[in-house]
Amino acid sequence: MSALLERRLLTRDRGVGVFQKLWQIPWLFVLLLCAVAGVGYVALYSAGGGNPDLYANRHGLRFGFCLVMVLCLALVDVRLFARLAWLGYAAALGLLVLVALHGQVGGGAQRWIAIGPLQLQPSELMKIMLVLMLAAYFHRASWERMGNPFFLLPPLLLVLVPVGLIFKQPNLGTSLIVLALGGVMFWAAGVRWWKFAGVLGLMAAAAPILYANLRDYQRARITTFLDPESDPLGAGYNIIQSKIALGSGGIWGKGFLQGTQGHLNFLPEKETDFIFTMIAEEFGLVGALVTLALLLGVVAFCLLVALRCKHQFGRLLALGLGANWFLYVFVNVAMVTGGIPVGGVPLPLISHGGSAMMTTMLGFGLLLSVWVHRDLEFGVARD
Amino acid sequence: MKWPRILRRREKGGIANFSMRGVKREEELRRTVFTRRALLLGGAQLGAFGFLGWRLHTLQVDQGERFATLAEENRRSARLLSPPRGRIFDRNGEVVAGNRLNWRALLVAEHTTDVAATLETFSRIVPLTEADRARITRDVRRRRRFVPVMVREFLEWEEMARIEVNAPDLPGILIDVGTTRIYPEAEHLAHVVGYVAPPSEADLDGDPLLQLPGIRVGRAGVERFHDTTLRGRAGAVQLEVNAVGRIIREMDRREGVPGSDVELTIDVELQKAVRGKIEEGTSVVVLDATNGEVLAMASQPSFDPNIFNSGVSASQWRQWTSGRSTPLINKTTNGLYAPGSTFKMMVALAALEARLVTPGERIHCPGHLDFGNNRFHCWNRNGHGGVDLRTSLKVSCDVYYYEIARRIGMDRIAAMARRFGMGVDLDIELPGARPGVVPSRAWQEARGRAWSVGDTVVHGIGQGFYQLTPLSLAVMTARLASGRAIQPHLTRAVGGRPIPGRRPEDWPSLGIQERNLRLMRDAMWSVMNEQGGTAYASRNMQGFGQMSGKTGTTQVRRVTREQRERGFNVQNVPREWRPHALFVGYAPHDNPRYAVSVVVEHGTSGSGTAAPLARDVLVETFNRFRQPIPPRVAQRREP
Repeated sequence: MSALLERRLLTRDRGVGVFQKLWQIPWLFVLLLCAVAGVGYVALYSAGGGNPDLYANRHGLRFGFCLVMVLCLALVDVRLFARLAWLGYAAALGLLVLVALHGQVGGGAQRWIAIGPLQLQPSELMKIMLVLMLAAYFHRASWERMGNPFFLLPPLLLVLVPVGLIFKQPNLGTSLIVLALGGVMFWAAGVRWWKFAGVLGLMAAAAPILYANLRDYQRARITTFLDPESDPLGAGYNIIQSKIALGSGGIWGKGFLQGTQGHLNFLPEKETDFIFTMIAEEFGLVGALVTLALLLGVVAFCLLVALRCKHQFGRLLALGLGANWFLYVFVNVAMVTGGIPVGGVPLPLISHGGSAMMTTMLGFGLLLSVWVHRDLEFGVARD
Repeated sequence: MKWPRILRRREKGGIANFSMRGVKREEELRRTVFTRRALLLGGAQLGAFGFLGWRLHTLQVDQGERFATLAEENRRSARLLSPPRGRIFDRNGEVVAGNRLNWRALLVAEHTTDVAATLETFSRIVPLTEADRARITRDVRRRRRFVPVMVREFLEWEEMARIEVNAPDLPGILIDVGTTRIYPEAEHLAHVVGYVAPPSEADLDGDPLLQLPGIRVGRAGVERFHDTTLRGRAGAVQLEVNAVGRIIREMDRREGVPGSDVELTIDVELQKAVRGKIEEGTSVVVLDATNGEVLAMASQPSFDPNIFNSGVSASQWRQWTSGRSTPLINKTTNGLYAPGSTFKMMVALAALEARLVTPGERIHCPGHLDFGNNRFHCWNRNGHGGVDLRTSLKVSCDVYYYEIARRIGMDRIAAMARRFGMGVDLDIELPGARPGVVPSRAWQEARGRAWSVGDTVVHGIGQGFYQLTPLSLAVMTARLASGRAIQPHLTRAVGGRPIPGRRPEDWPSLGIQERNLRLMRDAMWSVMNEQGGTAYASRNMQGFGQMSGKTGTTQVRRVTREQRERGFNVQNVPREWRPHALFVGYAPHDNPRYAVSVVVEHGTSGSGTAAPLARDVLVETFNRFRQPIPPRVAQRREP
């Protein structure tokens, strides 16, 4: 009976044409994305020392390609993604295993894998695929079922296996982000409060063991976070210089192309991880807050999609993608302002670098697809 | 209102009794839970963004000023500019200490990641000794990282070219042109001008200039005395540098103040002429008797101060400091001698001023004076017979002075000597110059010994514990000649401004009765210009009038009675046993202008050795200044 019902619901919308879908695309949100990427273009133009060929143009070009991809994905039926989720997840996991075996070592960690001319970071891809996979898994889970621990075991493995692989790279920051992302999905799917409380308690208890297993540079990050002045020319240098750059920007900033910290190279990795510092130095608190507002706009839109969507898959997917974006932004900005220990987390759509932009834009493609197909009747909860 | 429903937990849906209604209820429940949790999550996210905003506000507004300062400090790098050291001229504008271009390689530690590696590469182009490396490493440690440290100076053109070509492999190395000190007169003026050397730890007095590479400070002589004047003040340039220290642009420049030039009272030509006449162990001082200007000051042997520029080798240093000849010592200010008979004017004046002798009183000289158990000999074994004051000086009768010294006591003699500049600090611009010692009862008692009248008798003829410098003898002579308390000095002008004291009226009177002074001058005239005077043989002034003076011969070893009886002859003893020969004098005798003192170590006889030399020096002085000394001469010649 239920299968019958499902089939009926599935086939209900077969007549929706491409133009109708195009009309459904939230162009205001697309404009928001363009604005964020535009901020990135301006910042990278400055980071290149006024030479657009260095970073900015490539950034713009890449964004253009990704935007076309996003629009194409927006037209694809969201149910197809649900069905193929496991395939994407398997591919991302495969890449993670591959990178563990043959990855290119960079900065003491195996993170990158070369696919043709592209340098891909499978952990970035995994974030999107994990969200997709969990959304598909929890799609039909009833409130009753969410209370069943055995039902939660497979998705827990889906989270912990990639987290373990990424942690072993070693990339503490990203593995924690993926873990948090998994947590958000479980939370949104309706896992009981007390279970979260229990797991968090366990994690607090396990923290000392985790710390003992950290690599030296990871520990250095934590200790320099706690006291950056302890090693001003070593591990603490990045944080200190970033704070100096930010703080010296003041309210109105030093002006476009006038940032001394950035242009005189006191600021490390200014085109990637510390691009936000560059913006805050040259455009001040005002520029930084405007940028933050744009980034917050994206989070808000994700939440809107999640709340407006009529099927659980779309809701979970939108919320997860929003959380992914939020985690990127929060970790990056908190990192450059000295709020949390430094980890190689870029600011998506603004930082220079293809991996993060491609995967986040892939996520936005899924998000738009959810929005376009938000009223689709697609499955209900069952036992 | 939907809100309350969203926030309220609902009971479990009835999944078991499947129906469309059941499905709908289940779906609604799930959605409600999701919405509630999604909104909670959204709230948390909003809160997190709030945290970021607060963080930015803290950094950019609350602490903005502090960080702005730090950012300024980051990009600003101050470099000091070393001003040229002031030059030193003689009284005619002749350069005696100048500056010459010096190409050098510097190392800025903050521009290189590995100082040792840079030095290694550098040493393959221009060899560096171990000592060089040690010094560079020490300097790098001691100075701030943006202060350039000297690696090598006096680079040849070819070496420079090779360094420039290899510049990419030499991070932190920069070529720079500085100046180095040059002394054109070399050893002729070494003792007066002194020399410069890199500052030692003790010299770092807080003047940032001393941190500069290649900076030199005066180590001796006028260079040391006028060091701060000659040094000038450092300028500074504010540079914008990037994180690796590359200079982006110059933001601000403040020129320093060049060191002031110093003009000496010395006449280089006279100095050279005097030095041409003297041998090792001789010192000569020529003063302008009217105002104390030192016209020539020669001490043989001397040294070449230019050697100090590039560093003195250990063997050179040993050669200078060991052995009998002490080229680094300026004997005119640091050599200490007993004055011998040249001191007799002081004894005579002390007696006259104390009215314990009259010019006409005759004292009988049998060739010796018996006092207590001792017999004090006159230099003339046969005795001078009856001697009055004038004759006593003319023939330098010892017995006369034994007698009057006994009468007046040592303290009166010492006080008189001090009035004439002996045993007191003369404040000459030569750091380390010794004041000398005129012994007195108190001085002897301070040494823990008793003063006997026998001591006074011996000291009456300038023998004994006296330790006097040739300079102080010249000062005594000038004061006798002028009657004024002139002070010897070497500086005529600093930075173009004349030093006061050029006119005779600038100096106070000694306060000695003019009648007594005239007596002394007349007696000193007779020493040279009357038959029987001890320096009569040296009277020929080659047409420059007549001079006055006094000879002195001081024993360096006691002549024993046994030697005396065997017929003591100084020509038969080793040179270092022979007596010192001294002479003090001035000319012209009727209008004194130039005073001279000569000390010839082991010269045997004041009248035989020192007197003719002094005469020649004065003749040379007149030759130089045929007219009275010109007030302020001539064009300065640029170096």
